[in-house]
Amino acid sequence: MPEQGQSRDLGPSGAGSVVRPYGDTTGDGMVQTSFTLPVPPGPKAEGAALQLAQKMGIEPAMVVHSAAIGEGFTFFVVYGSVRHLVDLDAVQVEERAYPLLSPGEVNAAVKTRLRRSLVVLGACIGTDAHTVGIDAILNLKGFAGEKGLEYYRELQVANLGAQVSVPELVHAARNRKADAVLVSQVVTQKDAHLRNTRELAAAFREAMGESRPLLVVGGPRFDPAMAADLGVDKVFGRGTTPGEVASYLVHALVPEEEPA
Amino acid sequence: MSRLQLDQALVARARELAARAAAPVVDLAATHTTISVERAQLRLAGLTGTDPVLGDGEVPWVNRVVDAVRDQVGLEHGVALPVWHALGSGGTLQELAEQVGAGTARFTVPEGSAADRAREAARAAVGAGIARIDTNRARREELVATHGNPPRRPWIYLIVATGDIHEDIPQAQAAARAGADVIAVIRSTGQSLLDYVPEGATRTGYAGTYATQENFRLMRAALDDVSAELGRYVRLTNYASGLCMPEIAVLAGLERLDMMLNDAMYGILFRDINPVRTFVDQRFSRMVHARAGIIINTGEDNYLTTADAVDEAHTVTVSQLLNERLAHEAGLADWQLGLGHAFEIDPAVPESFRLELAHALLARGLFPDAPLKWMPPTKHMTGDVFRGYLLDGFFNLAGALTGQGILLVGMMTEAVVTPWLSDRDLALRNVRYVLEAAGNLHEDFAPQPGGFIDRRAHTVLTEAVDLLERIAAHPQGLIQAVADGTFGITKRAPDGGKGLDGVVVKAADHFDPATELLERTHA
Repeated sequence: MPEQGQSRDLGPSGAGSVVRPYGDTTGDGMVQTSFTLPVPPGPKAEGAALQLAQKMGIEPAMVVHSAAIGEGFTFFVVYGSVRHLVDLDAVQVEERAYPLLSPGEVNAAVKTRLRRSLVVLGACIGTDAHTVGIDAILNLKGFAGEKGLEYYRELQVANLGAQVSVPELVHAARNRKADAVLVSQVVTQKDAHLRNTRELAAAFREAMGESRPLLVVGGPRFDPAMAADLGVDKVFGRGTTPGEVASYLVHALVPEEEPA
Repeated sequence: MSRLQLDQALVARARELAARAAAPVVDLAATHTTISVERAQLRLAGLTGTDPVLGDGEVPWVNRVVDAVRDQVGLEHGVALPVWHALGSGGTLQELAEQVGAGTARFTVPEGSAADRAREAARAAVGAGIARIDTNRARREELVATHGNPPRRPWIYLIVATGDIHEDIPQAQAAARAGADVIAVIRSTGQSLLDYVPEGATRTGYAGTYATQENFRLMRAALDDVSAELGRYVRLTNYASGLCMPEIAVLAGLERLDMMLNDAMYGILFRDINPVRTFVDQRFSRMVHARAGIIINTGEDNYLTTADAVDEAHTVTVSQLLNERLAHEAGLADWQLGLGHAFEIDPAVPESFRLELAHALLARGLFPDAPLKWMPPTKHMTGDVFRGYLLDGFFNLAGALTGQGILLVGMMTEAVVTPWLSDRDLALRNVRYVLEAAGNLHEDFAPQPGGFIDRRAHTVLTEAVDLLERIAAHPQGLIQAVADGTFGITKRAPDGGKGLDGVVVKAADHFDPATELLERTHA
């Protein structure tokens, strides 16, 4: 076991703001970790695991378990005391402009605060036939372990599919009284995604003015900071999940308080 | 085997209602064809490759030919009549495809004796593909006889998905050596919505590897090698779902895949594929699977990832009964029905494990001769991998205790990362421990008649019959039920969804040599 006396040192700034991991004694710094090395099992493999643990700041480290995986790989479980300190005063937390809500919370917010279902229209515009982006966000199947917006009972979702023209989309949005229009652009060349988005924003502004739906675009080539420049309300980049989009829709479209 | 004493009158009523609910779906397949069913004819006749000129060279010849026939004479007569009529004046199917590429092919629908000749030639060409499927089936039986089946049930089913077939192969072989009996190669995200089957060996899938004929061939050959090494026939699984379901089924038969995911409603509900397209495509694909001796796996587990596993347990039973009915109708035997269900009850629910046992035993009791595909927890897997490992252990125990046929190995890192080498190894250790420690526990385990498990199973069956009554009461049965949102949360209208433009009403002289040859054998 690590020497408890040494581990009790709370660091230069004293008690409170500096902490270490807690095993069973304040300040013992104990952590456990597991990993695989591409090395056949044996004393050399264990030595390699200890070296890695040391470089990770775990000292002393104990390899409490090692087992072969197939030929040429070994799995390790390591326990030990980590020498690093955490300065709580230096921890910075980046806060999202809106809270991330669960599907249940999204439904509850729409139901109690909007008091009708939220109408969401999705499409791929331009010549892009790759609906994988909009489908990942809208289809029940979803993306990254999250269900798509179709899963949300209080969202009324229509997916117009690929190669929808901007006038068609404006028409559909007006007919269905869409609260939000989601557009994805996956395959793009020579910044076609930016041109298409500006065209989209201009068409909605011209046709509907202030009463236009919320415009949300997304795709791997977009820079999320460009929303204002493109004339839309929100831009989502690579790796966006349905839950983030749904949470944003609530933030942007659902009043803060229940109507009186 | 642990068995429940099910109310046999209720079971009979459930099957009768399922047959009534499914009847309109069967009629759809008799009166419609799809572009994918027509492309499947050409694939059976041996047409492969892509048009090198169009697009980036990714459009298969089968798509080019079917589109050209459709443009010139329509698809209501089927692709076989005009194609083999055109071939009557000489040349191969491949050469005809190249003429389509060059814009010089001219198609007409033959009549009279010219039509008879075209039909005869089409039967011979498509029959050659079916003969290859028969040969593969015989070869599988031979290999199983040589190497042997897995030593016990359930068979252990493991997923591989790197996106690169040449990475998948060593991983699949390693998984087989570590104890996997069935390897599933997950498809690239969104392949189900492609209206063509990609070609060749692929290395660039996203979160999965494209299903292509060449990828099928490479992986089956690699698993044949490892089967010989291990003295155990290792099965290969892929996905006959999405817009190209019939073609993928044909490719699976041609390359001796052993199991295929193939659900009657999954594409409709979860991928918004047009219901008519799906129902027509699924019937054709199931006829091919029946012929090829492929075990299908249905997707009922998916309902429970979107709906509550206790409240909606009966929708799983209903879907299993409908899948069974549609499978039997297409010629599949009970041993080919890997009907799906899953361990997805919230672990915070009191008695959750007993509820799981009740649901699993109900499926076992309703479908005694089907292998049953038992799916691990996903919905209530969190980043807490330690809790996840315990939950997977209980899942494995439920599988052993209730005699499931195919057990998909759960990963403690579900919802965290795609499985690491060590995740897979730990998961297989979990399965091995449970099966070795308690694999025969079902001999000692019999739920008390009138007890908690018995009553719960009866409740779910009763709710399933009630729902089937409502579906069967619809004039359009299952089709209307899907439109009304009976399953899951979504409503899917018969004239909505993707792929509708690929559905064609058959003319009286529509000719489909594959269905004709496949129906002849199973009738």
